[in-house]
Amino acid sequence: MKLKSIAKKIGVLGSACTLALASLTASAQEEDTIKVGVLHSLSGTMAISETTLKDTMLMLIEEQNKKGGLLGKKLEPVVVDPASNWPLFAEKTRELLSQEKVDAIFGCWTSVSRKSVLPVVEELNGLLFYPVQYEGEESSRNVFYTGAAPNQQAIPAVDYLMNEMDVKRWVLAGTDYVYPRTTNKILEAYLKSKGVAEADIMINYTPFGHSDWQNIVADIKRFGSQGKKTAVVSTINGDANVPFYRELGNQGLSAEDIPVVAFSVGEEELSGIDTKPLVGHMAAWNYFMSVDTDVNSAFIDKWLEFIGDEKRVTNDPMEAHYIGFNMWVKAVEKAGTTDADAVIDAIVGVKVPNLTGGTSEMLPNHHITKPVLIGEIQEDGQFLTVWETDGLVPGDAWSDYLEGSKDLKSDWPGLKCGNYNTKTKKCVGATE
Amino acid sequence: MIVTTTMERLQVLMRLCSALAIATLVALSTPVLAQSEPASATFEQLVNEVAQGSLSKRVDTVAAIAALKHERSADILQALQDGNLKVTRDDSERVVIETADNQILDAQTSEPITGTDLGRLKRIPIHNKLRSQLHTLLAQLNLSHPNDEVRLSAVTRLITDGGDEQTATLLNELKSDEQNSRVREAMDTAIALYQLESENATERLAAVKQLRGSLIPEVRGPLQERADYDSDKDVRIEAQRALDSIEGRLKMFRLGENVFFGLSLGSVFLLSAIGLAITFGVMGVINMAHGELMMIGAYTTWVIQQVFPNQIEYSLFMAIPAAFVVAGLVGIAIERGVIQFLYGRPLETLLATFGISLILQQAARSIFSPLNRAVSLPEWMSGSLQINPAFSITFNRLYILLFGLMVFFALLAILKKTSLGLKVRAVSQNRPMARAVGVRASWVDALTFGLGSGIAGIAGVALSQLTNVGPNLGQAYIIDSFMVVVFGGVGNLWGTLVGAMGLGIVNKFLEPYAGAVLAKVLILVLLILFIQKKPKGLFPQKGRAAAD
Repeated sequence: MKLKSIAKKIGVLGSACTLALASLTASAQEEDTIKVGVLHSLSGTMAISETTLKDTMLMLIEEQNKKGGLLGKKLEPVVVDPASNWPLFAEKTRELLSQEKVDAIFGCWTSVSRKSVLPVVEELNGLLFYPVQYEGEESSRNVFYTGAAPNQQAIPAVDYLMNEMDVKRWVLAGTDYVYPRTTNKILEAYLKSKGVAEADIMINYTPFGHSDWQNIVADIKRFGSQGKKTAVVSTINGDANVPFYRELGNQGLSAEDIPVVAFSVGEEELSGIDTKPLVGHMAAWNYFMSVDTDVNSAFIDKWLEFIGDEKRVTNDPMEAHYIGFNMWVKAVEKAGTTDADAVIDAIVGVKVPNLTGGTSEMLPNHHITKPVLIGEIQEDGQFLTVWETDGLVPGDAWSDYLEGSKDLKSDWPGLKCGNYNTKTKKCVGATE
Repeated sequence: MIVTTTMERLQVLMRLCSALAIATLVALSTPVLAQSEPASATFEQLVNEVAQGSLSKRVDTVAAIAALKHERSADILQALQDGNLKVTRDDSERVVIETADNQILDAQTSEPITGTDLGRLKRIPIHNKLRSQLHTLLAQLNLSHPNDEVRLSAVTRLITDGGDEQTATLLNELKSDEQNSRVREAMDTAIALYQLESENATERLAAVKQLRGSLIPEVRGPLQERADYDSDKDVRIEAQRALDSIEGRLKMFRLGENVFFGLSLGSVFLLSAIGLAITFGVMGVINMAHGELMMIGAYTTWVIQQVFPNQIEYSLFMAIPAAFVVAGLVGIAIERGVIQFLYGRPLETLLATFGISLILQQAARSIFSPLNRAVSLPEWMSGSLQINPAFSITFNRLYILLFGLMVFFALLAILKKTSLGLKVRAVSQNRPMARAVGVRASWVDALTFGLGSGIAGIAGVALSQLTNVGPNLGQAYIIDSFMVVVFGGVGNLWGTLVGAMGLGIVNKFLEPYAGAVLAKVLILVLLILFIQKKPKGLFPQKGRAAAD
């Protein structure tokens, strides 16, 4: 009984709060603001990665407002918390687009959250800027992919290992979900196209948060002790990495014997790890905090000042948001309006500086051009760039190494289609 | 440990070297000095160049330093590899060596630099290519190093790199003077590996015989090649025989390795389940917040390391009692605040404790940030006990296994030998009767729950050495904990021990065949089938207590 009445009271209080808040925001947002939705989990399992991106967005919006806003109006961030709950991502997107009437959404981290948001953004004709490296095989008219596609991260990393390190045997290790599975499928096809034998590829999947790596590492050790140079290509997701690297270190596998190149381990993840056993292992990204350019050091200074903590780091998805946000701003200025259709038309071809000293461009397939960097982990948790692509690599939505996907092409301004089949000369239609 | 001792020895060596250098300077006459002038000048130039240019250019510089065979080449390369070779941040870019006791030596002369302030030093970064090159070069320079361990690792490195005729001859010469049997053995292997490629069939045959039974992984590839393609039939047969004998031994060690992996996973199960065996098993409380109590223990470890940053080696010993107290107090608070009103209503308890677990998780996010915290591993927890090249036991797993058993027996002793244990058992067996003889049941409940929670905290300390310390730590272990307690038999500590170890071993034997994902599924399916057959677990409680 008691509990019930308490619960009731909480409910009443809660709805009162929402009402009050809603009216507050309603009064604050007069006609002269442009609303920007920030859709990142602030609680639950993904909060570890996404909270930082929310802060990045707030910083970028604040910066832009200091410069006088956009089209003479102030930008107003609308932050919601989808709480690492995939269906809630869709609900919050609907809320942002139909109630808050935001002009653009910056958000999502996991592929499954993006897939959950996708139909809503397409239905309500919104704009979503997605800042994380992902498995590709997707192109939506309403989504802009500012993270790396597989050809901007995985393929160059494998090329580096193959050409510079003479790696002959490959372990593809990943967490058991869509990004590693698709990436590994692409990599396997790519390796085979380069003449790597089936027996020289070992594929291993583990559950989320896997913490007992003893026999997998022992297997890798055995696999690597056959006289050919071996490397591990890791798509192991965030949390499982710490026990994985610890086990590698403890079983005496150094980066020299069997290097691990990871696609999900960045500065932020390293800040929660004792990095001693990781020194020399690698990561492939489009940005490292250690990159020595003026724009980057300015960005880092701003970030440290904004967040008020000298120990915080910057990472690749933050740079992706930086690029995506600036592209959106430029496109809105070019179109003279925040109307979604006008911005979608205007943004293709927009060029903005990235933090590694180059200029990234939005491509007709709604992916961007980026440099690819390979870095080795140093003792201080930063990366030492050991290799980078000569120029910028254009993001490819549909992998050239997968059956059924290599004939597809995405060209929104030209073909008005995200998956045009170049063989049948037909647009396959809505993605997924 | 090994690292520090080698470091110390190195320092001693370095000091000896510098003393020697000074002595020679004083003793030798000027003309001799003048003669060695051009060589040493290049050496100094090269040392300066180590800090400059692209990484690939530095590979050449390092090779040149080694090729000089300067008396200090090895020191420089070693310092570069250990990350002790540093460069000043000012324009002079002076290259110095920073020793472990914070002494700064000039890299060119190895004289200590005192008086001048060099400002903050920058470590000269190296990448894998350089690191591996340094290893090889140092191995060649260190073949006649006075220290046995250094010599052994040098020879082992040569085995990995594969030798040429020159190294084989060199090793042959060195072998005759070699005193240490392990180093000699390694040298034999290295020479035999070289001789496998010999033109002479008898030499090849001898080499194959020499390699028979060797567990060094580098041996198998070349032997397989001999067994498959050798022109001489005897060599082929002998190589195949050698391989078979190696395979046989490897299989045995692999089995041993798997058993250890299973026991080690079991010990993690045991640690996480043992607190639950008290709260759930003995008291009958379905505590969904059990995982979060482990999380609290893990965070306590981190806090201790932050408070005593210079005592990382001992931090775990401080963290164990601290985590026990902190988690125990939180547990008592949960029991007094919520659970005591819900005894006998398992469903409500489940919901309430699940709510508490969410509150605790979010509290951790708010207090410590959603990012994981980096708990350092003490030196003695890293590395592995190398029994032979094919079989090693990692120290952290070994210690956690021992620790888990210690906690288990300590708990058993508490329950069997102390008056608190007696009261706990009395209350759990028959609450009204225990109260009738004067046991304060509610007080015992609070203490029991506190004990179970405190042990969860201790488990958290152990887990902090294996996995991430973050808000989600508890969730990863809660299912496993319940699984173990239910499998072992509710209310039976021995059942928990057998259940944990059994599940660990079964898991590790399934994993190689089924993969990690499927192994987990299989275990759960097997468990469900088992519970169908024996609903009360492996060791059901007998007698009156089992009635309810």
